[in-house]
Amino acid sequence: MNEKGNENENGKEKSEFLSGNEAIAEGVRLCGPQVIAAYPITPQTTLMEKLSEFAADGALSASCKFLLVESEHSAMAAVMGAAMMGSRAFTATSSQGLLYMCEMLSYVSGSRFPIVMANANRGTATPWTIFGDHRDSFAMRDSGWIQIYVESGQEALDTILQAYRIAEHPSVMLPVMVNIDGFTLTHTYELVKVPERETADAFLPPLNTFNKLSLEAPKCLSFAFWPDYHLESRCLQQKAFLDAVNFIERTDEEFYGLFGRRYHGLAEPYRCEDAECVLAVAGGVAGTTRVVVDKLRAEGRKVGLIKVRCLRPFPMKFFASLGSPCQALGVVDRDISFGLEGGLYTDVKASMYKPGAGIRTLGFVAGLGGHDVSKADIELMYDKLRNLADGKPEEEHQFIGMRWA
Amino acid sequence: MKPRWIKDFHYPSRPEELAFGACTEAGVLITPNSGWRVFRPVIDHSRCVRCLLCWTYCPDGVIGKEEKELTIDYDYCKGCGICAHECPKRAISMVKEGKRP
Amino acid sequence: MAEVGIMAIDFKNLSDRELMYGQKTCPGCGATVAIRLALKILGERTFLCIPACCAAATTNAYPQTSFFVNNVVTAFPATGSTIAGMAAAAEAQGLEDVTILGVAGDGGTADIGLQALSGACERNDNVIYLCYDNEAYMNTGIQRSSSTPWGAWTTTSPAGEGARGVVKSRKNLFDIIAAHRVPYCATASVAYPRDFMEKIAKAKAIKGARFIHVQAPCPTGWGYPTEKTIEYGRLAVGSGLWYLAEYENGEMKLNMTPKTFKPVESYLRGQRRFQHMKEDDYRLIEKQRDREWALLRERMKS
Repeated sequence: MNEKGNENENGKEKSEFLSGNEAIAEGVRLCGPQVIAAYPITPQTTLMEKLSEFAADGALSASCKFLLVESEHSAMAAVMGAAMMGSRAFTATSSQGLLYMCEMLSYVSGSRFPIVMANANRGTATPWTIFGDHRDSFAMRDSGWIQIYVESGQEALDTILQAYRIAEHPSVMLPVMVNIDGFTLTHTYELVKVPERETADAFLPPLNTFNKLSLEAPKCLSFAFWPDYHLESRCLQQKAFLDAVNFIERTDEEFYGLFGRRYHGLAEPYRCEDAECVLAVAGGVAGTTRVVVDKLRAEGRKVGLIKVRCLRPFPMKFFASLGSPCQALGVVDRDISFGLEGGLYTDVKASMYKPGAGIRTLGFVAGLGGHDVSKADIELMYDKLRNLADGKPEEEHQFIGMRWA
Repeated sequence: MKPRWIKDFHYPSRPEELAFGACTEAGVLITPNSGWRVFRPVIDHSRCVRCLLCWTYCPDGVIGKEEKELTIDYDYCKGCGICAHECPKRAISMVKEGKRP
Repeated sequence: MAEVGIMAIDFKNLSDRELMYGQKTCPGCGATVAIRLALKILGERTFLCIPACCAAATTNAYPQTSFFVNNVVTAFPATGSTIAGMAAAAEAQGLEDVTILGVAGDGGTADIGLQALSGACERNDNVIYLCYDNEAYMNTGIQRSSSTPWGAWTTTSPAGEGARGVVKSRKNLFDIIAAHRVPYCATASVAYPRDFMEKIAKAKAIKGARFIHVQAPCPTGWGYPTEKTIEYGRLAVGSGLWYLAEYENGEMKLNMTPKTFKPVESYLRGQRRFQHMKEDDYRLIEKQRDREWALLRERMKS
């Protein structure tokens, strides 16, 4: 995160001590959805509770309806119903809840409803866990949702604002899932700058979609495309994702202009200019990795970090353009696709693939089910990358941080 | 007036013409249902008392009541025979397609 | 038996304009009768939601669309929840004089959609939910649902040597929804269109969660000639195997109380799904019917 500090144009922001979930709730409040539907699940619950408080206090827009649905499936169906009527809508979930919504995710995305949801990343059963990893949202990679991963409560709040702006832009019209690490971010308090409603309104114009029902010109939504047009329609959906790349970057720049904070679009390189060993990570682990990079840099080691902010659309061009001086690239996955490797690692390698390309890669799986990814773990990964760059043997796929080797 | 079969419907021929997402206008009929029919209902207007039971029961809504005499939209009649079966005056007969009543 | 109704429906005064047309439902489809007539009463300011089912697969296959009102398709389990969201949005937008209508089959209502429907009823969302009950999963080709009656053959409840079709009683949706203490809940039949449309009209005038469960005979799934849809609907009510009832203001009432029932055979014999039945089966069904009616009469005002 780069900040202009106190010199930003928006002097009206107030700083509050907020948890990640509360920061998201503030972001949602600023976006003024007309319909919220949610079902509680750890570690999303405090977000839903905060929104309920806002609703009770009249802090949400006067007309906002908060539906206390009986399941996550219904939560997503209800916000889809709201989007069908042309209303801005929000929901939030986690883990099993996200998996339970799975069916509705593709309904929403195929119909191009610009819904924004927050997902408190948590592992999936079994063995069941309430603690964090990315196996829930990574399992939904092909659901047709833009997926953004945040590193802090501040970024979570800001990304909710950006998410609506991206989702609702006529050239995008895709739903956005904002992913925040369960507990390590959702329940961690930090000072968060909360923008004024007026500034948020200046950034996010009122929703005006065209794929909605209309009394003047009745519509049919979410119908079937049989084989005659199905492939063509999916091609347009893919095009929308590719076109969204520029818009996500532009939105981040516009956000910077108004609020003085930016997150570098799809992927942020940190101290990568002359880095020989680079780690690519998504989510809160990026924060720990920054600290380790700074420490190793102080020791004179040429290390860098790539924070993958967007899983879909994937920063393909960014990774494709990696080259010298980078000699070894490691990917930290809080996910594993059994029988292959971490999902992020697969995507990174695929994007980098060029016959004869010189960068060696390692896939690290760490932090599953809330397992801590410590600074020591990250240092160890940089050591392994150094080994690899120096031509020493390293297994391509490694679990890091286990109690036994 | 019943909705009409759009015989000269322009099928999407470019990406821009394809429905966005899955959103299109309501009520677009591009194929008829007449080909499903083996028997067609024929009304004997001299026996019809306009009780409108046929009009009510017709699943496909093809019987019209705006004219002096009831009408049948043969583009969308599937020939199920409910109208003839339910007519209390036996004013509707089912006639094999291709034959005269 | 006379039809009893509060709001008199005169066919002559109903609009000739069709709001569902050209759909590819089977000839003689009872569900189509129900949806068509419901839309006649609810009118053009209806926002319709259907899950994946017969009514969706036969109406909306791009570029053909057969509803002339605003309509959406949702996932199989999600009718209750989607209309809940639609109704919330309508209220948030201040849309007045509109009807949010969910229409789903028995599978999408009594089985996979029951949870979402229960949620909408419990929250008293401002919606009408119409269940067209053709008594099996017809869209996928006649598989048993929890609303398939005792003894019926389906492709997943075979009948023949050693098998007797469905060997358990159907779920009573009317009781389930009434137990939510919704403002209005009713059963109906396509064979009694005045009663059905009056119930739709009554529902339209009420705010909150309203549920109408309409029996919709299916020639394809039940196995009878296409012209007999209405006849079988009548026979079901006449033989006491379907009843017309309402739940309103906390009270249940029967709209029609036959003094004597037609023999159950008159309803069962002509349908392919009951072809395997023997005399004993008829008597068993009769017994079940009488038990059910004793219960009904006990707790309902008639």
